[in-house]
Amino acid sequence: MFEAEVLSGGFSNPAQDSARAFRACLDAMARPGRIQQIAGAVPPAPLSPAAGAILLTLADATTPIFIAKSHDTEAVRRWIAFHCSAPVVAASDADFAIGTWDALQPVSQFAIGTAEYPDRSATLIVECEDISAPTATLSGPGIETTQTAYLPNLDAFVANSAQFPLGFDCYFTAGNQLSALPRSTKVEAL
Amino acid sequence: MYVATKGGERAIDAAHQWLADERRGDRSVPELSVAQIREQMALAVNRVMAEGSLYDPDLAALAIKQARGDLIEAVFLIRAYRTTLPRFGASVPVETDRMDIIRRISATFKDAPGGQILGPTFDYTHRLLDFKLMADGEAPEALRKEADAVVAPHILQLLDQDGLMEPLTDGDETPPDLTREPLEMPADRPLRLQALARGDEGFVLSMAYSTQRGYGRTHAFVGELRIGTCAVEMEIPELGFAVEIGEIELTECETVNQFTGSKSEPPQFTRGYGLVMGQSERKSISMSLVDRALRWEELGEDNVGAPAQDAEFVLYHCDNIQATGFLEHIKLPHYVDFQSELELIRKLRREAADAQVKEAAE
Amino acid sequence: MTDQAYNFAYLDEATKRMIRRALLKGLAIPGYQVPFASREMPMPYGWGTGGVQVTAACLTPEDTLKVIDQGADDTTNAVSIRKFFERTAQVQTSETTAEATVIQTRHRIPEVALTEGQILVYQVPIPEPLRFLEPRESETRRMHALEEYGLMHVKLYEDIARHGAIATSYAYPVKVEGRYVMDPSPIPKFDNPKLGGNAAIQLFGAGREQRIYALPPYTDVVSLDFEDHPFDPSKADHACDLCGSEVSYLDEVITDDKGSRIFVCSDTSYCTTRQDEGHTGRLSPEGEAA
Repeated sequence: MFEAEVLSGGFSNPAQDSARAFRACLDAMARPGRIQQIAGAVPPAPLSPAAGAILLTLADATTPIFIAKSHDTEAVRRWIAFHCSAPVVAASDADFAIGTWDALQPVSQFAIGTAEYPDRSATLIVECEDISAPTATLSGPGIETTQTAYLPNLDAFVANSAQFPLGFDCYFTAGNQLSALPRSTKVEAL
Repeated sequence: MYVATKGGERAIDAAHQWLADERRGDRSVPELSVAQIREQMALAVNRVMAEGSLYDPDLAALAIKQARGDLIEAVFLIRAYRTTLPRFGASVPVETDRMDIIRRISATFKDAPGGQILGPTFDYTHRLLDFKLMADGEAPEALRKEADAVVAPHILQLLDQDGLMEPLTDGDETPPDLTREPLEMPADRPLRLQALARGDEGFVLSMAYSTQRGYGRTHAFVGELRIGTCAVEMEIPELGFAVEIGEIELTECETVNQFTGSKSEPPQFTRGYGLVMGQSERKSISMSLVDRALRWEELGEDNVGAPAQDAEFVLYHCDNIQATGFLEHIKLPHYVDFQSELELIRKLRREAADAQVKEAAE
Repeated sequence: MTDQAYNFAYLDEATKRMIRRALLKGLAIPGYQVPFASREMPMPYGWGTGGVQVTAACLTPEDTLKVIDQGADDTTNAVSIRKFFERTAQVQTSETTAEATVIQTRHRIPEVALTEGQILVYQVPIPEPLRFLEPRESETRRMHALEEYGLMHVKLYEDIARHGAIATSYAYPVKVEGRYVMDPSPIPKFDNPKLGGNAAIQLFGAGREQRIYALPPYTDVVSLDFEDHPFDPSKADHACDLCGSEVSYLDEVITDDKGSRIFVCSDTSYCTTRQDEGHTGRLSPEGEAA
């Protein structure tokens, strides 16, 4: 049963499924705070289907991953190893990090890029209970006027956007839903 | 009434049909087979393999046939095919001192262990057209004999033992891969060598030549040039050791370069290095000279502003597939841009004329 | 080899992942050029390989693709790229701007306002706006890092001193969100105002130069100018001779050896839609107009 869980749950049509999942990621990153649906992955708990789909779409042997305590189970590790072949590394070396907001602390441990290469930064996949209840008001690129959205914290994202063009970018995932918060978004309390 | 041009699709189809027909040429002349190209146009095949970065003589020959003998077009076909191939892993580095040699010469020593082997070379031929070849002249078979068991260490190793040669250190680092990562500046030597190995032969040759004429002079001697086949081995994790997966023909050149020393390095001989797939002597010598010229910084030499010392200039312009694509794209329609230039020139001329009238009136 | 030997949308999945990661970084840092390991494509560098790779990484089976070159769907290179995706991704194609979900373009932004469901993919020859002022990549990268754009203003100012106006009519540089100076690709400056505040996602791919960059929807994009010489998105002072539009960008067509010329919309989808709706121009057959 354990083996089956590790070997299954990938995309059934990798090229088409990952194309659709990527469009959800693209739309999310292009329109911060707006909730998108993403499907196709059935990873072992506690990894959400949305987080699983993001990893299947973007992670591979060239992208080191940090797995925070909340998600660091044998099943999750083996599922990621089998489906993405991504190496698991320390937080500071990671291209992607996965975990709950609390487990990912302190976020200062993640790469934020350099002045010449701000793209050499980490993307956090923050697993949430629910992302449908807004807690903050967002503005900036991708948002016509303002957008309300759920954020697990405020100060950390205010500080992150103050570093622009440096900073990390986040996906928030719950079930089959995701939303994103790039470093370029300005964040205020609701 | 004016009707905007339509029919791009039909025009393209017709043009491609015409091209295919032209490629075949006069049908009363027998068609070339891929095997004929592979066997009798071997140096063209080698060039296409080297610049296409894919060791496959049959595919290179096919590309030459399809490209009507346009070698850059053939390289392009090979590159576009290569990039779609899945990557199973990396071989262990080939050992060129264990090469099965067909040619090996040194310009720095009259003789060396293993000897000088001229091999199949154009050197010392008289460049006279051989009209016998035009009239179906079958070549007489060369005399054959069993190869001697030759042990031929790299000649520059001998200088190395005296401490006259800059030392080489083995590195365990995985070199960057030009075909999987964007070219990044400043480029280290492994990356530079990769770019040069698949760079355009004509470009690399001219760059090398410019160093000989004084634009970043490197005082090069051919320490050793060797051509032959090398085994390619791959580590299979499940087995725990390397197995031979095939062999490839290589041309390797090491130059010895005079070096009077700098703040950081004592006087010694330094090296330039060239390694190219197939028999590709001109390219490998050129590559060594350019490699050596690009090493000015690590050796603490002066940058005299020579083109061959400028890594960005050399590396960004040596790839003929990038170059030919961009060069030829100016054939594409640019009427939107040209229209905006027309408007601008008209406006500037109008303003200049108005200003003159105003000046005259004053 | 049959087409089945190639993956959906031609590129292999590892390559698509690499491009997709670059696109997401591009959206997160609007206007910043993300390096990516561009692949050789089956068309030459300089002929849209960057755009083709971006489109290939974005397409889903449900998309409707439109490809334009110089505003027109029927230009030879647009036809070639459209056919490539019909063959390798089996997607629907359309010449109507409003029907398309992904539009790959060379040198134009469609006249009709784009909408939220759309992605506009630009083919970019030279992504670095500072390249013709400073040929060295290591230098221009530093200039972007330090936000050191004085050289660009000096160049534009020298234009004004010499010509009385800024002598850049296409690929006119812009500043994105007050941070990065960006090359909008060789679109006429007439199109520059459509870059900012656009509802669509705009993605830029430069294959030969190995760069990807992006503008999320509604991004703040400003064409560089001076207070006393404000940016002027001018176009030919004519109306389209076929549909009568006075607000579209026009191609000038020479019609005989005496230099007679007519002006027609460069955006063929816009022009034919207007003609179908009954709009007429100077050369429309009389009596046919509604």
